[in-house]
Order: sequence, then structure tokens, then C-alpha cells
Amino acid sequence: MENDKLVITSSPHIFDDDSVEKIMYGVIIALLPASIMGVYYFGLHALLLIVTCVITAVLTEALFQKARNYPVTIKDGSAVITGLLLALNLPPGLPAWMAVVGTVVAIILGKQIFGGLGHNPFNPALVGRAFLVASFPVAMTTWLSPVDATTTATPLGLMKLEGIPTDYWSLFIGKIGGTIGETSALAILIGAGYLLYKGYIDWRIPLSYIGTVAVLTTVFGRDPIFHIFAGGLMLGAFFMATDMVTTPITKKGRWIFGIGAGILVVVIRLWGGYPEGASYSILLMNGITPLLNRYTRPRVFGEVKKNA
Amino acid sequence: MKGSETSQMNIKTFKGGVHPPHAKFTKDKPIEKARLPEKVIIPLQQHIGAPCEPVVSVGDNIKVGQKIGEPKGFVSAPVHSSVSGKVVAIETHPHPIGSDVLSVVIESDGKDEVFEGVKPYGDLDSLTADDIKNLIRESGIVGMGGATFPTQVKLSPPPDKKIDTVIINGAECEPYLTADHRLMLEKPENIIFGLKAIMKALGVENGYIGIEDNKPDAIEKLSKLAEQENNIKVVVLRTKYPQGGEKQLIYAITGREVPSGGLPMEVGAVVQNVGTTNAIATAIKTGMPLIERVLTVTGSGVKQPKNMLVRIGTPFKEVIEQCGGFNGTPGKVIMGGPMMGLAQSSVEVPVIKGTSGILVLTKQDAKMFEPRPCIKCARCVDACPAYLLPTRLAHFSEKAMWDEAEEYNALDCIECGSCSFVCPAKIPLVQRIRLAKSQIIAKRKKK
Repeated sequence: MENDKLVITSSPHIFDDDSVEKIMYGVIIALLPASIMGVYYFGLHALLLIVTCVITAVLTEALFQKARNYPVTIKDGSAVITGLLLALNLPPGLPAWMAVVGTVVAIILGKQIFGGLGHNPFNPALVGRAFLVASFPVAMTTWLSPVDATTTATPLGLMKLEGIPTDYWSLFIGKIGGTIGETSALAILIGAGYLLYKGYIDWRIPLSYIGTVAVLTTVFGRDPIFHIFAGGLMLGAFFMATDMVTTPITKKGRWIFGIGAGILVVVIRLWGGYPEGASYSILLMNGITPLLNRYTRPRVFGEVKKNA
Repeated sequence: MKGSETSQMNIKTFKGGVHPPHAKFTKDKPIEKARLPEKVIIPLQQHIGAPCEPVVSVGDNIKVGQKIGEPKGFVSAPVHSSVSGKVVAIETHPHPIGSDVLSVVIESDGKDEVFEGVKPYGDLDSLTADDIKNLIRESGIVGMGGATFPTQVKLSPPPDKKIDTVIINGAECEPYLTADHRLMLEKPENIIFGLKAIMKALGVENGYIGIEDNKPDAIEKLSKLAEQENNIKVVVLRTKYPQGGEKQLIYAITGREVPSGGLPMEVGAVVQNVGTTNAIATAIKTGMPLIERVLTVTGSGVKQPKNMLVRIGTPFKEVIEQCGGFNGTPGKVIMGGPMMGLAQSSVEVPVIKGTSGILVLTKQDAKMFEPRPCIKCARCVDACPAYLLPTRLAHFSEKAMWDEAEEYNALDCIECGSCSFVCPAKIPLVQRIRLAKSQIIAKRKKK
């Protein structure tokens, strides 16, 4: 009769049917337009890198968890996202073995050593990318032209080093040099629209992040439209600065996160050593996210004002 | 953004909250009188406060409405017999709220004879504020939404607290439950009458009835009656959980925030449940104390969900049988709604004054989830009507960091469960916060 016993739990007794998996797979779906555009512009090697990174990420996570005797959680989709996002942040001509190295670093050093999903302070894909930039600086800054697959520079590089602008339409559709997934603002916006519709990202971070870049570049006499659509800002703003795990849980914290990241991008782009700063701006803001959570706690309902 | 008010209908609400499925399957089912029970088990404690002492003995013949338990303190409420018949036992019995409670077991003689002392209290105009408060106490009326706080205590604020607003809580924001909805439709004159009695007891000029906008028929019916009164208004509320939370309701209707750690009376408001208001009206009009109540029997685990008028002390089992019995093997039996109700270990427990519903979930619907790691999505933060950070509080609770939990205002949690409902990782957030609250309170007591 054990089976006929009534279940006793404390309330609530009903639950929303959304789940961690649904959110993760939603993000993967949202990344598909950018992935497809990347393959379309940069060819089969881009596809090879995407597949390599995703498979490596899932295998690394599974092997690490097996080795540590933890439950294997690769089905939750988060490793797939890390692999996919890292791939979208790689130059389309990168040797596949380097992508494997970056992915292993992203999963192990970026995520698993902190305790796995939900515990990592930094965006794992960006950790992997930062590792690759430091380890293979030349390969990580060798860009291909989507037109003829010859070596080219990114629009930000062209602007910074040679003062050559790029036309808006090419920037918008992504017919420019850059990482696999960052070039097409159009594809990113389609995915972002889906995430916003599903409620999987908070509009505050992309708005304050991109808005800050627009305002500051205008203030410093640069072309804000160019700066919004060039480089990794769009991909970063909608897919990495919105990563739930590594960004603030408070609304005020999210505003500050976006504004801070926006300032960092402009500082790096205009005065830093690199032409692009989206990934470092997000990593740095990830670093202060616990502080932001602590100091932006909302006022409690009915809280008695201190000076009243 | 226009804030809490939308232009045309002026629908009011609060910030935060969640949208669980309504599941109000019984909203069109008229209240059905339950069969007279053959035996009732009437607990001597059905309220927050001191338990009653029995004033009858085994073997006594008693009648409907006769007092069987006398309260021992100010915060208490008497209990009355809900049937006529013979007292067969006074013993501890399983109670729907927690542990066993001393209860009077009465075998009905089937005659349903009314006690001689049950007489109408007369016209509302002839009653003074004190008369009303006394008759409410004598009638054993407590908060029937589930909190079961003695009503006359709520109507007796200390003299330094000026009450200017009475709100009848017709939100019924819990999914599944429709008992208040049906009462508003079928006894609207009692709701207005009861509200007027409460206003008179408190000497208050502003009366409101707050109803969620998923009950347009109740809004229409009560609005028509309220038009004939010059100081009663029906307020349309957005359908959102926990719209019927006392603090959320007061904020939605008056714009006042009950101070952290304080009671509604500190902002001049008193909130009463629809069932309670009906019980007050019934007591004044007929003299009959609180011996029966309307409740919703519902859920996937019941064959014929219904709204029923049930005598206090009727075992859950009998009520469920009158609704066609279980639909398959029950997984969970809950007293109250799915968001804040109490899971029961047995269907032998009796219906008490605070039983707003009996919700039966099938095994499938009662399945438990394995909690996953928090992904910091902050949906709990957005949902929290007290503006807390549930994910942080649950984390502190898990790590036994009670001081941190206190600093993060755990005690302001109203335990509505919105956070646990909305969590995609199925983390038992409110459950962990409840633990932290009890630890903080225990620690404070020690000092």
C-alpha cells in the first residue's frame, strides 16, 4: 500500500511549466540565425568549427562530470550553448584544434571548476575566447572576407588602423570580416527578438549596453551607428551580456551592468590596444556582478524610510 | 508605462506576482448543499490563538448552533455544534492544520434541530459597534480565507490606530477555488450587509469590495447593489496571484503600503474575506453561529468538482464522496488552493472554519521535481510581491546563514509561493525561506 500514500509537500503545489532545459534550448534556437549566416558567409570551415566546438563542449562536460563522480548534466543544453557561443566568437579560419583547446578551457576553467551550471562567475564562452586570444594572438585576429575568403580586416580594425569606414548595409547584413557569428546584425536581431518574446532575456542590459555605446561614441565625435553594428557588440549585448548566470539579478544591477559594459567597450575601442572590446567589457562586468547584486537590492515592500 | 492603473477600466493591482493557470472549473456550478453528515468531528481549535475548552460532556444531547467549546483567551473563538445529536467522544483527532487536536465527536440524530438560543440579532441599525463585535465573537467567526484569525480581534484595534477603510477580499486569486466567487453571485446582499456591519463595528465610512477581473459576473452583481449604498465601492482588480494577499490588496485599492513587519491597521485598513463577511451577515440575520461554510471541491483527482455548503466537522472523505469520489488514485489532497494550501496525510480530517477548498491532484499532477542549480534568471525576483530576492534568501537558508537571511528581510516574506511557482529550476524557494524565517524568529526569542 506504500504507493497509495498521499504526497505531502509544503505549498505551492503547482509549478510553471518552464524549465532550465526549455530556456537553454530556447537560447540555442535563438542562436541559429547567426550560426546559419556565419556558415553562409564563411563556408564549410565555419560549420566545422561550430560542430567541433559543440561536440567538444558536450564531451568535455560529460567526461569531467564522470571523472568527478558528479551527475552528468549534458542534457540541460548549457554545454551546447557554451560550445556554440564560443564558435560564433571565433575567426572563421581558425584551425579546428585551437577551437578544441578553447572549448575545453571554456568548459573546465570557465564552468566546471566552479561547480558547473549556475556557479560560474564568468561567461564560459568568453573565458575560452580570452584564453585563445592570449594563446594564439595571430590566429585569433586573422579575418576572412565573406566575399572571396581572402584575408581581410574587421570594420573596427579598418577604422582603427587605417581610418577606412564600412557601409551600413554591409555592417547590418554581415557581409564583413569578423567572427563567425558576430557579423550579421540582422541575424542576431532575429534571434534576440525570439528571446525577448519568450522572456528569456531582460531588455534592460542590451538597451543600456548598446545605448551607452551610442551615446559615448556620439559624445566623442564618432559614428554611433558604425560602432553599434561593427564588431561583437550586438552578439555580446543580446547573447552574452544577457547570460543569466553571470549577470545581476536586480533590475538596477542590470542597468549598471549594461552601462558599465558600454563604457568599457568605448574605452577599449577608442583608446585601448585592441580594435574591439565587447568580450572584455562583459568579462569585467561579470567580475563585479556579485557586488552589483549586493549593492542594488531593491527596496522591500513597506520598508520604512530611514529619514522619515 | 502608466503604472498600476490602466485608462479605461481603472483596473488596480500590485507589483510582482505570477499568472498561474486559473483552473476555475467550478465557477458556473451553483453552491450545492452537502448531505447532513452522520458524524462530525469538531476540533476545539479552528483558529489562531488559544484552544477552546469543551463545555459539553460525552453522552450530552445537543442541537445545531449550541456552543460546545468556550474560548480561553482574547485571541480565540468559540466552536458550536453543526448537527443535532449526541456527543460520543471528546478526544484528540487528526486536524487539517498540523498535529492532532482535542475534538468533540457528535453523532447526528438526523433531525437537524436548532438550538433554542439561536435567534436573530435584529436590525443592523439597532445594533451598536460593541453589539456587533460581541455577536461576531459569540458566533465563533474567524478569517475564513484560511488564516482563521478571530474576526472580532481584527475588529478591535488599539485606540491609537485609526481605521478608515474596510476592504472585502473578493479577489479569490488562488487557482481552482470558486467558493468566494459563488458566494458573491448567490448571496450578494449578504456580502453588502456583512460589509456594512463590519464598517459599523469599526466606525468606518469607506467600504471596498475588491474583485479580480476574471469574475465579471460578480463585479456586475455587486456593483449594482453597491450603487444603492453611498459609501461602498466595488474595485476591479487585475487577475494576478497573490492579488488577494492582504498587503497587496490594500496597496492595490488604497495605494498604501503596510509597513514592513506591521499590520494592515497601521495604514488604517481592515481586510475581511468574502466567506467571513457572509458568516457575519448570517449570524446577524438568523443568529446561527459559524457551523457551515462554502468550499470548493476540485482538482484533477475528483470526478465531479463542485462548490458545496458543508457542515463544519464533516470529514473530507465524505465531502469528496459527494463529488463522485476520487478520479483514479489520489496523489495529493490539499486543504485550500494550490498556491498556499496544506497537503493532507489523510482524508479523515474534518472540514474546519478555514477550509476554503479541498483540492485533489492525481498522482501525475502531484509529481515532485528534483531541484536543479539556480541559473540566476531572477524570475523569482520579478515575481516577489514583497520585493525580496528569493534566490539569495533560499541560498542563505540552505547554508544556514540565518543572519544574512534576516538582513535580506526574510521576515517580510508573505509565503505566497510565487517564487517557487515560477522557478524554472524547481528550487523550493519559499520552503527554504520559511525555514529561515522560523530560525530567525527562534533566534530572536532566545535573546
